[in-house]
Amino acid sequence: MTLTSSPGSSSVVGAAEPDDTQRVAMYRQMVLIRTFEEALLRDYHADKSPVWDIGAGLIPGEMHLAAGQEPVAVGICDHLTTDDAVTATHRPHHLAIAHGMDLRKLAAEIFGRETGLGKGRGGHMHLFDPATHFSCSGIIAEGYPPALGQAFAFLRRGTDRIAVAVTGEGAANQGAFHETLNLAALWKLPVVFVVEDNDWGISVPRSASTSVPSNAERAAAYGMPGERVEDNAVEAVWQAAGRAVDRARNGGGPSLIEVHTLRLWGHFEGDAQGYRTDLEGIADRDPITTYEVSLRTAGVLDDAGVAAAKADALAAVDDAIAFAKDSPIPDPAQATAYAFTDTEVRA
Amino acid sequence: MTATETSQGAAPTTTRRLTTAKAMSEGIAQEMAANPEVFYLGEDVGAYGGIFGSTGGLLDQFGPQRVIDTPISETAFIGLAVGAATEGMRPIAELMFVDFMGVCLDQIYNHMAKIHYESGGNVKVPMVLTTAVGGGYSDAAQHSQCLWGLFAHLPGMKVVVPSTPYDAKGLMISAIRDDNPVVYMFHKGVMGLPWMAKNPRATDVVPEEAYEVPIGKARIARPGTDCTVVTISLSVHHATDVADRLAADGVADAEVIDLRSLVPLDRESIWESVARTGRLVVVDEDYLSFGMSGEVVATVTDRDPSVLRAPVQRVAVPDVPIPYARGLEHAVLPNAGRIEAAIRAVVGA
Repeated sequence: MTLTSSPGSSSVVGAAEPDDTQRVAMYRQMVLIRTFEEALLRDYHADKSPVWDIGAGLIPGEMHLAAGQEPVAVGICDHLTTDDAVTATHRPHHLAIAHGMDLRKLAAEIFGRETGLGKGRGGHMHLFDPATHFSCSGIIAEGYPPALGQAFAFLRRGTDRIAVAVTGEGAANQGAFHETLNLAALWKLPVVFVVEDNDWGISVPRSASTSVPSNAERAAAYGMPGERVEDNAVEAVWQAAGRAVDRARNGGGPSLIEVHTLRLWGHFEGDAQGYRTDLEGIADRDPITTYEVSLRTAGVLDDAGVAAAKADALAAVDDAIAFAKDSPIPDPAQATAYAFTDTEVRA
Repeated sequence: MTATETSQGAAPTTTRRLTTAKAMSEGIAQEMAANPEVFYLGEDVGAYGGIFGSTGGLLDQFGPQRVIDTPISETAFIGLAVGAATEGMRPIAELMFVDFMGVCLDQIYNHMAKIHYESGGNVKVPMVLTTAVGGGYSDAAQHSQCLWGLFAHLPGMKVVVPSTPYDAKGLMISAIRDDNPVVYMFHKGVMGLPWMAKNPRATDVVPEEAYEVPIGKARIARPGTDCTVVTISLSVHHATDVADRLAADGVADAEVIDLRSLVPLDRESIWESVARTGRLVVVDEDYLSFGMSGEVVATVTDRDPSVLRAPVQRVAVPDVPIPYARGLEHAVLPNAGRIEAAIRAVVGA
């Protein structure tokens, strides 16, 4: 594990190790996320053949899965409650689940059903959950600015709630990223900024997009602490996130964490990944397998524990997927509903 | 449903006269005093009081925690307003010139305007985006546009455009109280600024108490029988001036409708008037093509084109950038001469 800090780093608090109960809980959470996305994968591809049509099937549209990036979501969200806000990207499921979103409502939205979070109006890139203060933006880096406002509201109301804004390494080259960091630091807002560096902006490698070796260095430009977590390991993320979350909750202002994570699958389902030069042996880099081995070695997890984690995850996921499939499809006559709270839009 | 047939929606309780700018800031102040969740942020809205006078006096009254000068980071601070609104606050964010929307439109049309729909109605975004529009003072191509047609075209935001002090206050109060995002577009030429040519109607009677002007309701700025002039913002005053003169000269008695809102659009009032007069002129300080003027015409022709007794006349900005030189600029703006020619053409005078 390598932790590097930018010159802007301030005092470190809350860097304790997770206890064994937390370790097992984080493992189980990662298994749940992976199990959910594997189920999506099956249903997504089940009815798009023999002629591939991205808009066909029970799950239509682009599908960006987060397999390999579970340590980021779980390592951060373990420090949060559902009173804290999380803003995510076009690749949001791992964060949504780790932050405690109702699996049934999540699945139903992905299946485009009336019982989904957005009643089938949003889709998998546009998840908005008032119960967990979770939101997404499908536009690169543009989920960052609204997190400022959530943090602003939490601060104004005298709470210690925080906002966590997550984006990818490609987004760190967008103007919205830099405007947001400046304003957060200027107003000392309780935000934790997270960059998921999965090495690839669709097909463009990080080396072709980013002028610095670590986006954590960019934190120094805004006078906030920056930290890069080089290992795609949930406990490494957990420790860095603990420091940043404590800082935000205790009036220390924003921090930036970059995690060098892994996009195990394609940018979207159907991506042949001909551009990938790092696929050889990629299965050996699966962070859930790695963590399972380390917990077994430490004597924290055994066969029964692993089996239970997988069985419990499968039961929860099966229930959510069944709920989604059994839920009503939105009435096409209601396509213009919800544009406004009080004003009808002509069809 | 027809448009309110007075220049004001309620009987004034005072003869006190305010500029549009003062009326707007008074509406903001009254809502801020009534609701601690309301705050105002933008560039130069504090000590300066807004480049076009939108926030005069607010900093003194409410302090820098609620009247907040921002960095020149429109994406960040408009996005901040969006996020605060989703948590139940009622932010008012000012985009200094509407022409600057290019640096922050994503937060406006992909976030502010879409979250309620994408969430299936579960997340509200009760915020106001204020912005200055319009030309006529040689600020040229990047500081003189109206662009309300663009905001009205993009779904999910209400769009209000006051032309009078009374409406400026009432529409502001309605906008702040609205649970939807509202874009509040104020023309620099109606604000009554001491450093810019102004129409006498930029100062008028404004009640002291808080009141709402309903969003989505047009008003008849000048009743008439021979033709209908549908317009908005500063052009309401130009059209009314021309109509008064043409009536006095015995040329035509034109009815002038001030739309006041583009979203929702008061199609009934447009229809009711045009069905009565049979002749339509649309005056729009936005670009000619694909905008408000076409939408107003379609509102009539979608319903029954046979009510039109003459071809429609549209007076708008040709599809070119707003020029700098005074003569060039006034050649493209909907000035009195162009409006008069359109009315004469439509009534056959």
